[in-house]
Amino acid sequence: MPDYLVRLVQVHESFRKTELQSLADLNRVEIEFVKYAEDSPFCIVRLSDDAAARSVITRNILSYGIYELWGQGVDYDSLHASVKQMSPQIWAQYHKSPFRFTMDSYRGSRSMLEQFPIIESFAYLDFKGPVRVRDAEASFTIFEDYEHNGPSPKYLYLGRFVAASGRQAKTTYDLKKRHYISTTSMDAELALLTANIALAAPGKFFYDPFMGTGGFPLACAHYGAVVCGSDIDGRSIRGTGGSARRGQTGKKDVAMNFVQYGLQSRYLGGFVSDLTNTPLRIPTVESGAGYLDGIVCDPPYGIREGLKVLGHREKLEDFERQTHQDRFKEAGYIPPKRPYSFTAIQDDILAFASDTLVEGGRLSMWMPTANDEDVELVIPMHPCLELLSTCVQPFNKWSRRLLTYRRLPESEVSKDAMEYAKKEYEQGVKASELNDFRRKYFEGFREFEKSRQEGATSENFSEAKGLRGINKGNCSCN
Amino acid sequence: MKLLTLNFLTCAIKTCKSSPLSFPLHPREVELEILETDYNAVFLRNILPRLEWEALRVLAGELGLPSLPESSPDVSSLSTSSEEDDSETPTQVAQDLHRLLLETCIKEGKLVCGCCGHEYAVKEGVANFLLPGHLV
Repeated sequence: MPDYLVRLVQVHESFRKTELQSLADLNRVEIEFVKYAEDSPFCIVRLSDDAAARSVITRNILSYGIYELWGQGVDYDSLHASVKQMSPQIWAQYHKSPFRFTMDSYRGSRSMLEQFPIIESFAYLDFKGPVRVRDAEASFTIFEDYEHNGPSPKYLYLGRFVAASGRQAKTTYDLKKRHYISTTSMDAELALLTANIALAAPGKFFYDPFMGTGGFPLACAHYGAVVCGSDIDGRSIRGTGGSARRGQTGKKDVAMNFVQYGLQSRYLGGFVSDLTNTPLRIPTVESGAGYLDGIVCDPPYGIREGLKVLGHREKLEDFERQTHQDRFKEAGYIPPKRPYSFTAIQDDILAFASDTLVEGGRLSMWMPTANDEDVELVIPMHPCLELLSTCVQPFNKWSRRLLTYRRLPESEVSKDAMEYAKKEYEQGVKASELNDFRRKYFEGFREFEKSRQEGATSENFSEAKGLRGINKGNCSCN
Repeated sequence: MKLLTLNFLTCAIKTCKSSPLSFPLHPREVELEILETDYNAVFLRNILPRLEWEALRVLAGELGLPSLPESSPDVSSLSTSSEEDDSETPTQVAQDLHRLLLETCIKEGKLVCGCCGHEYAVKEGVANFLLPGHLV
């Protein structure tokens, strides 16, 4: 199988491999990672042919494109040697094609004057076709990889362009241009990435139980899935709560977002509901299997968006219960809600997913964590769901993870595991008692600060925790 | 909300969920509208085997829409392929299902549980399944 070079983007590093693997799974092609490093935008994979390469990359968000690898080396001499050794038999295919050469220098640059002799040095490929800057049949790129501030490239590749990625969708769905958003709308790039990892695709049925203004359903619909969503706050679906955009007036709602992108035919609708009292049908053993191909969600963290479910903080007195019963049909009646345990909601989502997903269906769920914890991070698990990947987006004192699970076929579920012990959840009536993450957040992650001061330097600490690329300017939270 | 959604919705009250009467919910005093959408062959093929066909028949009957065949049509009956250009044309059955499931929407009205009688309001196409204080 030939080697291909994927020109990745150098953001959201821990998501990149997962996205490539997911898109390979979606298209049922074999992908083998030959060379991959978190700190490099050049990744070499092994794929069966150009068609497989194209299928993996055309929806990809965290890359620019994929190239057939023609050679590589630590300097130009070894690059040329490698080109001559690896691919003379395929040069002939392009001898008469209109072609072009470009250069892509990572952490470096080359002026036009410098580029010219470098490109000329590949004259031995003996291409006789005309040079075409636009619409060339064969497009070649010389990749240079520099050290930070390095004088010359430390590694080089030559690749023949095969296909561009789907990264432009990030611009199309940019929140700045979306008609209707809220304070906790997920960044378009990450929403699209989530949809890719959850394998949203034509013909599939996707659901988001915490839809808000519909960012995830929109991303899934972009990839062809038919979607529906729900939220405990009906104002966000109907748009009666107003837009988060400054100065914006007039009615905006989720349905209008779908119209904006021409996706209304894939939007089944939104409804107001609470996951712990869901109106969705829960298949039983008799009634057959699940019906959702995927669930994508970013549950409320209890910081900006309250983590609440239906119910009361305290047990109701009889007369209070009677008042609810007498008045619930009145127009202005608002059902009471109470704060809910942070770990319980995650387990509820897993249980719901295990009931409603089809076999092989995926759940992709975001989960925030403080970076201070010395204890092992607890990732929620369910016997019917297999954890496929964990991708981390680090912030300053906390980070959030995208957890992706696969619904196991019934035959693979271990029967003993089904009788797993009932977990103890946080007890209490106040939000902070029920949500450890929220408590730490509003205490300013004091424990994190303390351990940082105790540690030798903050840099060592970050490294020890695997927190490279900490991004202070990007601290949105839910 | 498109009518297909109703094939996945029951009463939100936990004690009702185990009763067969809670599914499907019964539409009352509803205002329907038709929103034309592109025919989605691959989705219809995938979703057809996951439908509760009897519930769909009940729904169509209660809404006074054209009645459906007694049993779920086979996936293969959704399209006829022409020999000449290898294209597939949706059959009448498929077009009717598309109309019913993906073009017919409930705009206003109520959805009623056949078990407990609780009414869920639909306003501007958004159904509200939040339960009042005494039912949680």
